[in-house]
Amino acid sequence: MATDTAATPASVEAGGSGHLELEDRLWLLRAMLLMRGIEQRAMSLYRQGKVPGSFYDGYGQEAVSAGAAFAMAPEDRLCILHRDLAAHLIRGVSPVRILSQYMGRAGGITAGRDGNVHFGDPALGCVGMVSMLPDMMLVATGMAMAFKLRGERRCALTWFGDGSTSRGDFHEAMNWAGVQKLPVIFILENNQYAYSTPLSKQFAVDPVARASAYGFAGMTVDGNDCEAMFEATRAARERALDGGGPTLIEALTMRMHGHAAHDDMKYVPREQVEEWRLRDPVERQEKRLRELGVDVDGVRAAVTAEIDEAAAEALAGPMPAPDGVLEGVFCESSAEPLGDGQAPWSGFAGHTAGSGGEA
Amino acid sequence: MPVMTYLQAISSALREELSADERVLVMGEDIGAFGGAFKVTDGFFEEFGEDRVMDTPLAESAIIGCAVGAAIVGMRPVCEMQFADFISCGFDQLVNVAGKMHYRQGLAVPIVVRLPSGGGFSGGPFHSQNPEALFMHSPGLKVVAPSTARDAKGLLHHAIHDPNPVCFMEHKHLYRRVKGEVPDEIFETPFTARVARPGSDLVVIAYGAMVDVALAATEDLEGASIEVLDLRSLVPLDEEAILDSVARCSKVVIVDEANMTCAAGAQVAALIAEKAFEDLDGPVVRVATPDVPIPFSPPLEQAVLPGVDRVKEACRELLAY
Repeated sequence: MATDTAATPASVEAGGSGHLELEDRLWLLRAMLLMRGIEQRAMSLYRQGKVPGSFYDGYGQEAVSAGAAFAMAPEDRLCILHRDLAAHLIRGVSPVRILSQYMGRAGGITAGRDGNVHFGDPALGCVGMVSMLPDMMLVATGMAMAFKLRGERRCALTWFGDGSTSRGDFHEAMNWAGVQKLPVIFILENNQYAYSTPLSKQFAVDPVARASAYGFAGMTVDGNDCEAMFEATRAARERALDGGGPTLIEALTMRMHGHAAHDDMKYVPREQVEEWRLRDPVERQEKRLRELGVDVDGVRAAVTAEIDEAAAEALAGPMPAPDGVLEGVFCESSAEPLGDGQAPWSGFAGHTAGSGGEA
Repeated sequence: MPVMTYLQAISSALREELSADERVLVMGEDIGAFGGAFKVTDGFFEEFGEDRVMDTPLAESAIIGCAVGAAIVGMRPVCEMQFADFISCGFDQLVNVAGKMHYRQGLAVPIVVRLPSGGGFSGGPFHSQNPEALFMHSPGLKVVAPSTARDAKGLLHHAIHDPNPVCFMEHKHLYRRVKGEVPDEIFETPFTARVARPGSDLVVIAYGAMVDVALAATEDLEGASIEVLDLRSLVPLDEEAILDSVARCSKVVIVDEANMTCAAGAQVAALIAEKAFEDLDGPVVRVATPDVPIPFSPPLEQAVLPGVDRVKEACRELLAY
């Protein structure tokens, strides 16, 4: 399957990826709508002073995480970046836990110990990111190394941004994964800006071109098309499981909001935003599904209702108790391994959620 | 019981763990076919194969980061930094990814990072450092530093069995100079201090290579009864053993091979000041490497590293206080 990875967005627009049933395509839309709706709600909670610190969102980039995560099996492992909320939703994290997380409440995934999108539910096979980017590329590479050592048919996936390609850990991970031919998928989320720094000041050569220098495949995908992202990731995963090694997928997208809530993005030309607005990933998936006769407005209404309910529940939840703040620096019992995540793609027949892991 | 060098004891622990637990793997630069810069893993490659005795690219951040990834999916990686100094290149992965993982998300990171450390053989500024205090200051990392062959083995077994990241400071200068009886089986030395020699007039608190220096300096000091407390573990720090020694001896000299400022001994001194002030019959005295890079040429290096004479002098002065 190593040859069909250059899925062009055009072919997907025309006929779908060929691996997605209607229920899958709806799942993708629902995940993106949930991501957008949860982040919009969180932003308004931030403005009300209910979200401490700052707030980071992935508006306009929903397809990158939705499409890629949808191609991952329960036993695969994910290191998820801060503009990839849809990946958490697909793996099975509930909206109420996410909103609680943003507000630093006890019910959040980290129970208030880390903020905003610095989380991953270990029980669902996900590892939370750190702010030093792209550190998690190496963690994902190490997980893939273990899978290969043990002869397991699984892979690891991680996302990182265009700015991350300048750091040494990008090189160390790409090199190591190439040398050992590891089952790892690297998704370069190229959203045009690293905070305020444009691509032209970040690299002289498009990083996707570097993949071949590390000895593996690299390709550019329309990151605003969730089905193209799914297809590229699905093919990369098959290649990884078949011993074909890593893949670098560059997802071309645009950060439509500032780096964080405080950032007015004045360094971005207006026309660039307008141009990308026409390629909105949610609207594109809605259009597809409308043409297939889906009641998209009904889906939207259901998602909004779900978020309303989650927000009310999260707001009613307690803040964490300070008396436990010194606990848990060290693991005092035996190490609990990661569990398996949800994997709703119909291609994983019989797989929905699990709790097996690598015990 | 067989007699082993400090280095053989480390090798023995690694070999036994590789044999006993298929989750264990060792990884580092030149540790496979070559057997390691110091030959700690000599012969392992043939015995356990290239997957479990992994020659890595020259990439310390990757060694630590990949070990973290492998650990959280069920492996028990033991990483070798060729020299402890090179941990600076993997500092971020160790401190930010490994050290904070369990607190943030309840995910244990059972890795051991072996750090051949210390000076005394003209290694120069980049092959002689003692970076342990950096990790004491980073929550979530355990730090141990054996001074004997037996403890080198027992602490390493314990470190590999521990579900947390452990920095294992193995002193290069002890590798072949220190020998002792070591059990030829898996056993664990607890992460606690040990009284290397009991005494009652003064206690010298040290760890790693400085334990031998402390013992030699105080073997016969005008008939004084001098205790030597070997910390063995810096995180956790055995406060009870330290305070117990201070209560019995009432005078304290703390020896660090590391640079003076904020060294492990500074933490010990602070602990004593806070919790044992009433037990003291004199000021807490510190002997450490001044805050300079470790120079290369032997007379320069010997001028900065704490030696027997400096420890003797510090003890004499304090005894006379």
